[in-house]
Amino acid sequence: MRIIRIYLFLICTALIGPFLGANFAHAGDGKEAAAAQVQFLETAFSNDVPGHKTLWIDKALKKDVKKILRHDYGALRVRYWQNGTRTVWVLEEIGKYKPITVGIVINEGAIEKLEVLAYRESHGWEVRHDFFTHQFIGARLPKDKKLDRNVDGISGATLSVRALKKLARLALYFDAQVQTNE
Amino acid sequence: MAMMKTILARTILAGLPAALALSAQAGEVVPSPEEMWKIIQAQQARIDALETELAETQVETFEVKKGVEAIADATETSGGSGWYNNTQIGGYGELHYEGGAKDELDFHRFVLFVGHDFTENIRFFSELELEHAIAGEGKVGEIELEQVYVEMDIGQNAHVYAGMHLVPVGLLNETHEPPTFYGVERNAVEKNIIPATWWEGGVGINGNVGDSGFSYAAMVSSGLNLNTANGYKIRSGRQKVGIAQFKSQAYSGRLAYSGILGLNIASSIYYQPDVTQKVGDSISGEDVSAFLWESHIDAKYKGFGLRALYANWSLDGAEASVSGRDKQSGFYIEPSYKLGVPMGPLDDAQIGVFYRYSDWDNEAGLDNNTGVKRSVFGVNYWPIDDVVLKMDYIIEDKDSGGASNKSMNLGVGYQF
Repeated sequence: MRIIRIYLFLICTALIGPFLGANFAHAGDGKEAAAAQVQFLETAFSNDVPGHKTLWIDKALKKDVKKILRHDYGALRVRYWQNGTRTVWVLEEIGKYKPITVGIVINEGAIEKLEVLAYRESHGWEVRHDFFTHQFIGARLPKDKKLDRNVDGISGATLSVRALKKLARLALYFDAQVQTNE
Repeated sequence: MAMMKTILARTILAGLPAALALSAQAGEVVPSPEEMWKIIQAQQARIDALETELAETQVETFEVKKGVEAIADATETSGGSGWYNNTQIGGYGELHYEGGAKDELDFHRFVLFVGHDFTENIRFFSELELEHAIAGEGKVGEIELEQVYVEMDIGQNAHVYAGMHLVPVGLLNETHEPPTFYGVERNAVEKNIIPATWWEGGVGINGNVGDSGFSYAAMVSSGLNLNTANGYKIRSGRQKVGIAQFKSQAYSGRLAYSGILGLNIASSIYYQPDVTQKVGDSISGEDVSAFLWESHIDAKYKGFGLRALYANWSLDGAEASVSGRDKQSGFYIEPSYKLGVPMGPLDDAQIGVFYRYSDWDNEAGLDNNTGVKRSVFGVNYWPIDDVVLKMDYIIEDKDSGGASNKSMNLGVGYQF
């Protein structure tokens, strides 16, 4: 009888689970993450997405990047998209165990939009909500490479919140580099 | 290109009379038009050669760029595609000094997490803990496997799992890394009433309901084993999934809401039809069912924090009633304030102060002054986010009277 109940539970969850999660747009699946990135870029550039550019993480950048992330970037370059003063960055950082993919639009040195494109952890998913990501809009990076504003955390999502703060700082730092080089 | 060359020659020839006139005025030897034509032809040949070199250089530059990109691709993926790329390691630990009557130093917990992604949708997670530094026959500590489960995503935001998993109840049971809570020791209510850390073997599901802010968790699992020997004290009934009695399974679930920035509220229930695992009540011989209801809030606003939790067990056995353990309950409330204190290279350093009032009773079924009240106030200092230094002062009073139990405690903890 007990085994039957357990099987019934499993069957019910298998049927109900997809329904419960079906309307959430951002999943950790690779194809959906790629699709979310394409959609993010098209929205950022009004469907006229320019070709990507490359920022190489040279010795000077590496030092600052490590200060922001508290670890090496893990790649030699980062790709970005640019149209005038607007740049778009798609960056990743580990939350607790898995990378969170975030799209960030920067215009004239301030964050215009920040969106979680793929969230792969089973906890801390609240960082995907607009009420959290809207806190980054307008944020700039002063000389101390800290955000110019306080970003309130989320209970039980400390590591994910931290990852998004790091990525916001990193995107602003990268943007400053490419704008300075031009 | 031919058109450009013609235009260039005509331009030069057109300017030639003026140039010759200027040169003549300066008294220089003026080349004849035939000599000038030869000079122009030689210059044109040089321009043609430079144009060819430029085109070749552009092709080479393009090839070099392609090569550099290819090398970068290869370097960035030089880790290969071995199993280790899908394996994660983490952990936490905490060293405590407990003052007062105990006056002890204890490396309370050393924990390692190992996880592995079999595919994008199926993964494994484990948590292995060494408590009190040394384990073995007659030693003070123990090695415990607290979590081992295989989890699978179903749909876009729901996960099912099978294995050994933390019961979805309380604030600390599932999140208890030292930098995530105030105080040297975990709070007494969740320890003695819930009882954290509490894990069972079984199957479960967790996920969230779209953008609504609601999340859920449910579990069918092994359960407690309470009897005369352990006096029906909840914490003593944990079987830790070690050759555990499975004659009466348990059902637990949680509904949480975190759709407002800084707010997390949740309620959990746990039901087990017979906590005696079919041995029966020693007086009536009947099954002893148990029901736990727990609710909590965790709120943060501009550095201010508030945690509060209430948990209540109801057991329906006659023997439990006699000892007052048919009701076991408690609550705590914990206001706090945290602020940044950057100092030199520790530019993310933070400090937080807190006060926690706890009140619990494991024999609340009788009015025998068996409750305990504990006040804790102290400070946490995070030099970086993942490391914490703690100090607190505890004043504990038993309802039965007697002198207060007081202690000053110190701790250091980390997570990675």
